[in-house]
Amino acid sequence: MDFSPNPDHELIIEAVDAVCAQFDDPYWSARDENHEFPWEFYDAMAAGGWVGVAIPEQYGGGGQGITEGALVLNRVAASGAAMNGSTALHLTMFGLNPVVRFGNDRLKETFLPRAAAGDLHVAFGVTEPDAGTDTSRIITRATEDGMGGWIINGRKIWTSKALESEVCLLLARTDGEPGEFNGLTLFLVDLDPEFCDITAIPKVGRNAVASCEVAYDDLPVEAWRMVGERGRGFHHILHGLNPERILLSGMACGIGEVALRRATAYANEREVFGRLIGANQAISHPLAKAHMELNAAKTMMMRAAWLYDNGHDCAEYANTAKYLAAEASFFAADQAMQTHGGLGYATEYHVERYWREARLQRLAPVSQEMTLNFIAQKIMGMPRSY
Amino acid sequence: MTDEATELTMNKTRKVPDATRRSSDSKSGRYLGRPAWGETQPEVADSSAMKVVVCVKQIPDPADPGALDPETKTLKRDSKLILDESDSYGVEMALQLVDAAGDGEVHLVSMAPNNEVSGLRTALAMGAASATIVSDDALQGSDALGTAKVLAAAIARQEPDLILAATESSDGYTGTVPEMVAALMDLPSVTFAKSIAIDGGAAKIQRQTEAGYDEVECPLPAVVSVTAGVVEPRYPSFKGIMAAKSKPVDELTIGDLGIDADQVGWAGAGQEIVAIEDAPAREAGEIIEDDGDAHERIVAFLDELKVL
Ligand SMILES: Cc1cc2nc3c(=O)[nH]c(=O)nc-3n(C[C@H](O)[C@H](O)[C@H](O)COP(=O)(O)OP(=O)(O)OC[C@H]3O[C@@H](n4cnc5c(N)ncnc54)[C@H](O)[C@@H]3O)c2cc1C
Ligand SMILES: Cc1cc2nc3c(=O)[nH]c(=O)nc-3n(C[C@H](O)[C@H](O)[C@H](O)COP(=O)(O)OP(=O)(O)OC[C@H]3O[C@@H](n4cnc5c(N)ncnc54)[C@H](O)[C@@H]3O)c2cc1C
Repeated sequence: MDFSPNPDHELIIEAVDAVCAQFDDPYWSARDENHEFPWEFYDAMAAGGWVGVAIPEQYGGGGQGITEGALVLNRVAASGAAMNGSTALHLTMFGLNPVVRFGNDRLKETFLPRAAAGDLHVAFGVTEPDAGTDTSRIITRATEDGMGGWIINGRKIWTSKALESEVCLLLARTDGEPGEFNGLTLFLVDLDPEFCDITAIPKVGRNAVASCEVAYDDLPVEAWRMVGERGRGFHHILHGLNPERILLSGMACGIGEVALRRATAYANEREVFGRLIGANQAISHPLAKAHMELNAAKTMMMRAAWLYDNGHDCAEYANTAKYLAAEASFFAADQAMQTHGGLGYATEYHVERYWREARLQRLAPVSQEMTLNFIAQKIMGMPRSY
Repeated sequence: MTDEATELTMNKTRKVPDATRRSSDSKSGRYLGRPAWGETQPEVADSSAMKVVVCVKQIPDPADPGALDPETKTLKRDSKLILDESDSYGVEMALQLVDAAGDGEVHLVSMAPNNEVSGLRTALAMGAASATIVSDDALQGSDALGTAKVLAAAIARQEPDLILAATESSDGYTGTVPEMVAALMDLPSVTFAKSIAIDGGAAKIQRQTEAGYDEVECPLPAVVSVTAGVVEPRYPSFKGIMAAKSKPVDELTIGDLGIDADQVGWAGAGQEIVAIEDAPAREAGEIIEDDGDAHERIVAFLDELKVL
């Protein structure tokens, strides 16, 4: 393996840092507090071509891989934008991957150039009230309309960015029974307000980007909006899920990095009992441990990304990276809060925001338990436990 | 100095594509009689195409505290250098001017050790078309005039319509190089520009002043120094960055420019750094607590300083 510095990556990092530097922690606190989508930030990133960085060049994108996508999102999160900034962008990066891989030409030509330019917002609708960890339980239905198209009915929850998005990559049942993976079909549907009722779900953090409950009531969908093959939707979205885990690792590590930066600075300036708190190993050692854990997670992220971009099976490493990054990120944020003492709980110091946002990765997009289930069964050969 | 400068300019005379350049005799007596920038008749190939050269200094990252070399008593420049933020305004303005002209290009000129191009790549990623970097061991210890000689010679090769620089760099900030370049090239010089508009063979420039701005007009080519903050430099886009990797950067030595080693570097420097010392620590100020008469005490204090 080649670990020599990659000059392109250094340039990407430098450029993304420069854009993000315009949007400071108070900007992100305000977006979070007011539940406002960060449009100014999104537009600046779109103008720089960063939103479309991983979309193929033939559609106007940057033609880069998930490696570069993960690096971009890592720097966004590490700027202090955390999940509020990175999830404003990341759905375009991984969400459309099944369209790139399995979509028909009309889908690709209609939507990818706009996604590359950053002017198409995409949501990802898989989770339902009774189908979270167990995707096979999906009951949202697509039925044939008799004219070659489809009519969709059902209810999704947690569809992030549904309020801002024009289209949603939706997994619905066309065939088979709940409990079966076959029979699920993927569509790129319009979130047409006439047929879709969208309500934000009040939540702990990442409040600049709402996650929503979406009720689909007789939503008409034209035939060409089906992505890939009928009944193979679950297999198609797997192509979005591993990249998503890799991107999420980058974002999680970024939150940990900014939390540690603040914690280290504070440990170097706050005096208690006449000495810097950083001089106490009870403060410095956990921060050092967090630093090492973040490094390990990021290395795993790069490995998973390399495997994916080079066409290898990356499932083990993408899951490992996401698991390690989620743990390292939350530990770092929690320790940053501890380092700040009572002020860590005050919004002014921002670590509470990182802490709220770092917590999310242990639950979503896949829970830590399910990641462990996957490794135990698929990689290590133990009995299936779900 | 003047003689050297004259000789340098004469060595490097080049065709000027613009017939409206000023004649040398309208300038200060010292340069009188010297041939202007070119002897040959101007070639007016495409009158609308606009070529702008921007001087860009590459400096040690101001975010990393700079270290002084106790031997040479100068700033250590061995780490990666970046585009001086002061120059990003000139680059932006040049790009906008070429855009407005509808045709043309921006060329960058920089002098820095070790063929350093990191800062140039940033400006190329913003949209400049090409660059010249001048590096030479003999340039070590160059003062502002030595730098100006090198820049002037490198700029002359480009035959630009307009030359932009910052009013002062962020690290050296003598604020003298652009004017020296203008003098060496025998071109008009306008300082503190806040806006530039090109109208035929002339530039209409708003010069920032303490009270507001002056409007001046000057024939092209000219050297104009641009005030920091007057335009919003664009951020390099992803595609700009990738394109910049393959944009041409001409690496030159002073030999290529026909400059002798004794005119530049330590040998040619008209200044010497005798000693370096830490700036004295600021004395603690006086804290006035308000017992109802604070305003009177502050007025008395300012009165004592004779600032009122
Ligand atoms: C902020 C946020 C944004 C989201 N955005 C999106 C989105 O954009 N699109 C989308 O489709 N979804 C989204 N989700 C949903 C997310 O993917 C799900 O919440 C996640 O997959 C878990 O599903 P669930 O909430 O239904 O948990 P459940 O499936 O109800 O699981 C509950 C708990 O039981 C554990 N568990 C269940 N079975 C086992 C087992 N066999 N072994 C061990 N543990 C087990 C789980 O790990 C979990 O801890 C989002 C969620 C959040 C919180
Ligand atoms: C003791 C000493 C040692 C030095 N050693 C070296 C050395 O080893 N190698 C070396 O390359 N230089 C060296 N220099 C040159 C120095 O770095 C400056 O370029 C020069 O003194 C100009 O001064 P300034 O920054 O105050 O320019 P200012 O007049 O403040 O600059 C105004 C503008 O002129 C332009 N400009 C100035 N300098 C440059 C440049 N170098 N390239 C492109 N545009 C420029 C920029 O647009 C800048 O914003 C040395 C200078 C001194 C005094």
